[in-house]
Amino acid sequence: MESDTTASAIRVRGLVKSYGKSPALRGVDLDIPRGEIFALLGPNGAGKTTFVEILEGFRHRDAGEVSVLGLDPNHQPMALKTRIGIVLQSSGMDRYLNVAETVAMYSSYYPHPRPVDEILEQVGLTEKRKERVLRLSGGQQRRLDVAIALAGNPELLFLDEPTTGFDPSARREVWEVIKNLRRLGTTVVLTTHFMDEAQYLADRLAVIARGRIVAEGDPATLAGRDRMQATIRFTLPEGTALPDALSALTVVQGRSCEIVSGRVTKDLHDLTDWALSCDVSLEDLRVDRPSLEDVYLELTSDESGEP
Amino acid sequence: MNAAAMLSTQVKYVNKAFWRNPASAFFTFAFPLMFLVIFTSLLGNHSLRVSANGPVVSTSTYYVAAMAAYAVISATYNNIAIGLAIQRDSGVLKRTKGTPIPSGVYILGRLIHAFFVSLILVVITAAYGRLFYHASLPTGRPLVEFLAMLLVGTMAFCALGFAITTVIPNADAAPAVVNASILPLLFLSGIFIPLASNAPSWLLWIARIFPVRHFALGMDAGFVGTAFSWNDVWVVAAWGLGAFAVSFRFFTWEPKN
Repeated sequence: MESDTTASAIRVRGLVKSYGKSPALRGVDLDIPRGEIFALLGPNGAGKTTFVEILEGFRHRDAGEVSVLGLDPNHQPMALKTRIGIVLQSSGMDRYLNVAETVAMYSSYYPHPRPVDEILEQVGLTEKRKERVLRLSGGQQRRLDVAIALAGNPELLFLDEPTTGFDPSARREVWEVIKNLRRLGTTVVLTTHFMDEAQYLADRLAVIARGRIVAEGDPATLAGRDRMQATIRFTLPEGTALPDALSALTVVQGRSCEIVSGRVTKDLHDLTDWALSCDVSLEDLRVDRPSLEDVYLELTSDESGEP
Repeated sequence: MNAAAMLSTQVKYVNKAFWRNPASAFFTFAFPLMFLVIFTSLLGNHSLRVSANGPVVSTSTYYVAAMAAYAVISATYNNIAIGLAIQRDSGVLKRTKGTPIPSGVYILGRLIHAFFVSLILVVITAAYGRLFYHASLPTGRPLVEFLAMLLVGTMAFCALGFAITTVIPNADAAPAVVNASILPLLFLSGIFIPLASNAPSWLLWIARIFPVRHFALGMDAGFVGTAFSWNDVWVVAAWGLGAFAVSFRFFTWEPKN
């Protein structure tokens, strides 16, 4: 079982998949190292679910190479299923079994299951172990989804939109459970269309749009976000004018001013230096970097990249 | 875990969930027994000739056999079709497909459970008939023939339940599709109203094509004392095999959109 010692949990090359005549994936290349929490970010219909369902073995690819834990999901589905856990976007469970019975039932499908109590502890459902599934809240049911996916002690866990449709506190519950998986060394692949989710959970992420990966990297530096120009924003007091040197850089609208800057340290210094010497108070002075959301919207907008 | 252990664990959980679900426990279990009591109490004092040259029996004995057939059909065909359609649409089947349990073990678990529920229903029906209406109980060779029909019938109606899910568009439509397909056959096959000797021949012909009538005749042979015919078993088995082939080809584990 441990014969595969490659560093990659997932390796994909030139993956293509169409539904009828409409292409869903148009040549995807991706490597996901072991032990990483990896987020696949993209708008609805971008191909996220198709992509993970090919990795999980639910769908067959049209072309390309796919290796998941060193196995081909099309040709070695059974061997793969014993080593992965899957949390689908939405999937029911038997409402009349209780929490512990549900996990125990799914455990019985695997050759090397984890002890049920250990799993319940990990997802925080120990107190609910005797509760019928139909009496669980949305967040608790989602944690039970994760518990079921952990039943076989997987090396790799897929989470398809784990918090879509949840209220903020339920999202937090699920996030904490996912974050804790890192300690087990489980590789996690999650799809989401929430920036904050990707930013909070993921070590690395890829943005998928129109069937292609359009950017890949660290959430903090994705698509050169850290090197992009920052914007200095402030409000000038009534009747105050900027000196010429600064005025040339500034876009003024009424009293609110914006300096789009490639040299934030210098421009900010010049600005505050002038303000201090003239005893001008710059209300709500701040420096904004493009947020992950800005970058994402830019990457996934229909105008960018190819049609 | 080997396949046999996996199978027995599976049956155990299917059984737990079955008894805790008020709808399945009521419609599969209490419903046919309720009909048995109503029919025998209401119509029990008459007598009728089961077939053209068959024996004359009391209506209550007839209904013991007919309700045994009805109970088995609802525990298999109705329960499997509606249960699976709900499981398919809610994503339980897809989730299962993502785990290493072999499809055959999962399906067989449901089959075995349906067989045991059927068996319990038949035993209760027979005990009721024996206690209150002196229904005859099969022994010896007729018992073996009866059990053969019961086993083949259970498997065949389970397979038909699997097959019908392939045309059920969504879980909401499941009870409608199931009832629309089985109720006319139950009436045509003399389950609720005995087929009198003057029944129109076209009706008897239609009944003869479908498996319900043949299964009911097999149940009659056990309780009423009519002649047992292996041909009835073969017809039911043929329907079962056909249904199995359809399921094998068209059954889907993912929700239909």
